[in-house]
Amino acid sequence: MIDRGATRHIWPTHVAVQAAVTFLTLVAVGTACTGGSEDSANAKTLPRAASRGTAGNDTLVARNGIGAGKITIPGAEAEDGQWLRPAKDYASTRFSGLDQITTANAPQLKLAWSFSTGVLRGQEAAPLVVGGTMYVVTPYPNILYALDLSKPGGPAKWKYEPQPLAAAQGVACCDVVNRGAAFADGKIFYNTLDNQTIAVDATTGKEVWRTQLGDINHGETMTMAPLVVKGKVLVGNSGGELGIRGWLTALDVKTGKVAWRAYHGGPDSLVLIGPRFKPFYETDQGKDLGVTTWPPDKWKQGGAGAWGWISYDAALNLIYYGTANPGPWNPEQRPGDNKWSSTTFARDPDTGEAVWAYQVTPHDLHDYDGINESILLDLPWKGQTRRVLVRPERDGYVYVQDRTTGEVLAADTFGVVNSTSGVNLQTGRPVVNHEKEPQMGKVVREICPASPGTKDWQPSAFSPRTGLLYIPHQNLCMDVEPVEANYIAGTPYVGMNVKMYAGPGGHRGVFDAWDPIARRKVWSVTEDFPVWSGALVTAGDVVFYGTMDGWFKALDARSGALLWKAKLGSGIIGQPVTYRAPDGKQYVAILAGVGGWPGAIVSAGIDARDSSAALGFANAMRDLPNATTKGGTLYVFGLP
Amino acid sequence: MSAMSAGRYWGRIAAVAALALGLACKREERRFNATYPSAPAYASVTLDTLQPGVPSPELTVKSPAEGNAYDIAQGKLLFAQWNCTGCHSHGGGGMGPPLMDNEWIYGSSPENIVATIVEGRPNGMPSFRNRITANQLWQLAAYVRSMAGLEAKGPSPGRNDEMQYKVDEQRTPFRTPRASSSKTLPAKSQRP
Repeated sequence: MIDRGATRHIWPTHVAVQAAVTFLTLVAVGTACTGGSEDSANAKTLPRAASRGTAGNDTLVARNGIGAGKITIPGAEAEDGQWLRPAKDYASTRFSGLDQITTANAPQLKLAWSFSTGVLRGQEAAPLVVGGTMYVVTPYPNILYALDLSKPGGPAKWKYEPQPLAAAQGVACCDVVNRGAAFADGKIFYNTLDNQTIAVDATTGKEVWRTQLGDINHGETMTMAPLVVKGKVLVGNSGGELGIRGWLTALDVKTGKVAWRAYHGGPDSLVLIGPRFKPFYETDQGKDLGVTTWPPDKWKQGGAGAWGWISYDAALNLIYYGTANPGPWNPEQRPGDNKWSSTTFARDPDTGEAVWAYQVTPHDLHDYDGINESILLDLPWKGQTRRVLVRPERDGYVYVQDRTTGEVLAADTFGVVNSTSGVNLQTGRPVVNHEKEPQMGKVVREICPASPGTKDWQPSAFSPRTGLLYIPHQNLCMDVEPVEANYIAGTPYVGMNVKMYAGPGGHRGVFDAWDPIARRKVWSVTEDFPVWSGALVTAGDVVFYGTMDGWFKALDARSGALLWKAKLGSGIIGQPVTYRAPDGKQYVAILAGVGGWPGAIVSAGIDARDSSAALGFANAMRDLPNATTKGGTLYVFGLP
Repeated sequence: MSAMSAGRYWGRIAAVAALALGLACKREERRFNATYPSAPAYASVTLDTLQPGVPSPELTVKSPAEGNAYDIAQGKLLFAQWNCTGCHSHGGGGMGPPLMDNEWIYGSSPENIVATIVEGRPNGMPSFRNRITANQLWQLAAYVRSMAGLEAKGPSPGRNDEMQYKVDEQRTPFRTPRASSSKTLPAKSQRP
């Protein structure tokens, strides 16, 4: 079935409308906030026409939470007050059923306690809460702390130090981050920067097993948070900027033995493509596309790791995840579709077999990794309930896909996009704007979105109560100039000079509430710096996120109104979580500590006089060192 | 003024101008037999001024690449070809530390820089031992110093041939190096 309505979304209308909205928002904010406070409730409920260039569906109701009560989360479990997985549930909603903290009492939130991790690099992890214990993973050197929630102040029970190779820091593309751990079977599982997956006894802090999965001398690192599905720990590698061979690997929970590994390039046998493989679109169908869509042998250093998020549908017995950008960035050195980079895979978790694949960005031109979270929802769609995944993608579109087949039902922009002019729902391919295609010997200017995309790794949250998806993201464009990339194992393989800057409107960060049924923004908050933290939403209809200048904020999930904010010791790029402590009260926890790709200018002391530094991100962040300093502290907030 | 005398007048002007130009542009000589110090030579330099008791004298290693425009320009080319730009960008850093600032973790002398490239450093700098030839090592070191304004301005590159991401090395201001190692001051003769 083809949604012809959506194919009419062509970008000029879109961009113009969005730019107008941005402008209006800014004007509104400027008028409202004469005091100069940049964040005093600058959420703006958007007019209905905002994100749709076409007449749209007239049955939509122009009020917040239109989908409320209609969208369900597959496999939803009863709220237990814990946080066992990176995204809390298998559907990756980052929604907590706890409701003690409400829109009414959120303004009274107070610091309950804090804990220094002792590591001053970018803190991207989500703390886990298992029973009365909280687990925190630090960036390199990847220390794991267990904190006792049953005692005042959360004192440490134990710490586990895996002692990864210091040299691994030299092959970590974008700060030495770690995105957290997962709990199952009495153990905490997480990855070290030097490519080990480790299982630690959750009670004693003793190592149960560790498995070496990759090699820093080939540019590999591991930064993602594992997901445990049916007795298997699922992990992937990072290093799309270092010519790695990307993969996803399943390890046995008990022993750490590799159960299967699926590569994201090469012959079908390595990609685990077999008779069950039924991609929806024609260009994803065929034999050994992981070889034939590359120049000879280039797939062997073609990047396409898996450093983002994995979701799981127990009823369909499928996992969903996306692969990273192809290497090198210079697209002239790799003619072809470059499969299976920037691809969403559906696989059988037992065997690793691919069931379908959808290459979101064939022949990636701008480092648009496809690793963002897929949120699994059962969605009313044109009179029926469709089992979908919703993914706010790096290329600037919110994709709604049938998760049984991979069919794209909708792809709508949620930011300024000129690198493509829409997604053709008949072919499944984005319509590339060749004016923005990088070419050797030429500087191409004003490409939107920039390499980190409209949204990078920072995970969004979905509330079944409001029916809205909360998307933290950025507003950046760039100038690029390709140069020849040399492959030297264990060194960068990029071949692109990049210079990023704020997109239209001048702000670099956005926090959006998106209605996946109406396919539009319901409200939007702009932030000066990129919003590089994850989102959290609760049954108290409070949504949380942090800013890179160190403000931790609570917003009304329905209106976007600012309810509360607290200034933390360093910029926030972590993932907020909420839990019920042994005292019966609800708390919210967040790691502060600036870093990551945009924050490396602070955490790694980048010199922004070179605007190409940090793969071009330094240019967009040159004022960040005035706004925050290095940090590494966990903050826990509760009601008095 | 007759046509002829006008011609003579302009001729004289041209001759003076040519002479002035000749004096201004002391053309750098192309070397065909430069000797670049090999591995054992630079291994003899220390990184630290703290030595028990009286400091022992150091072997003086003279890098032919210092102050040589050709070598520094080659260094700039090699800096991209060996993927140094991948981590250090064009001096501002990224995966690796910046090289255009005044912080020199492992020393700013040519010997220190060559030793860093050859030996690698524990927090992520790869070792290029037996991969980069001696002449290229000293060319790279000279270019790295020029990025921070530590080389004489004359021979330092005066333009970037790519997108403008920073001022060229000639216009990069000199800033006194500081580092965990105090053996970072350039020799007087090498200061611009």
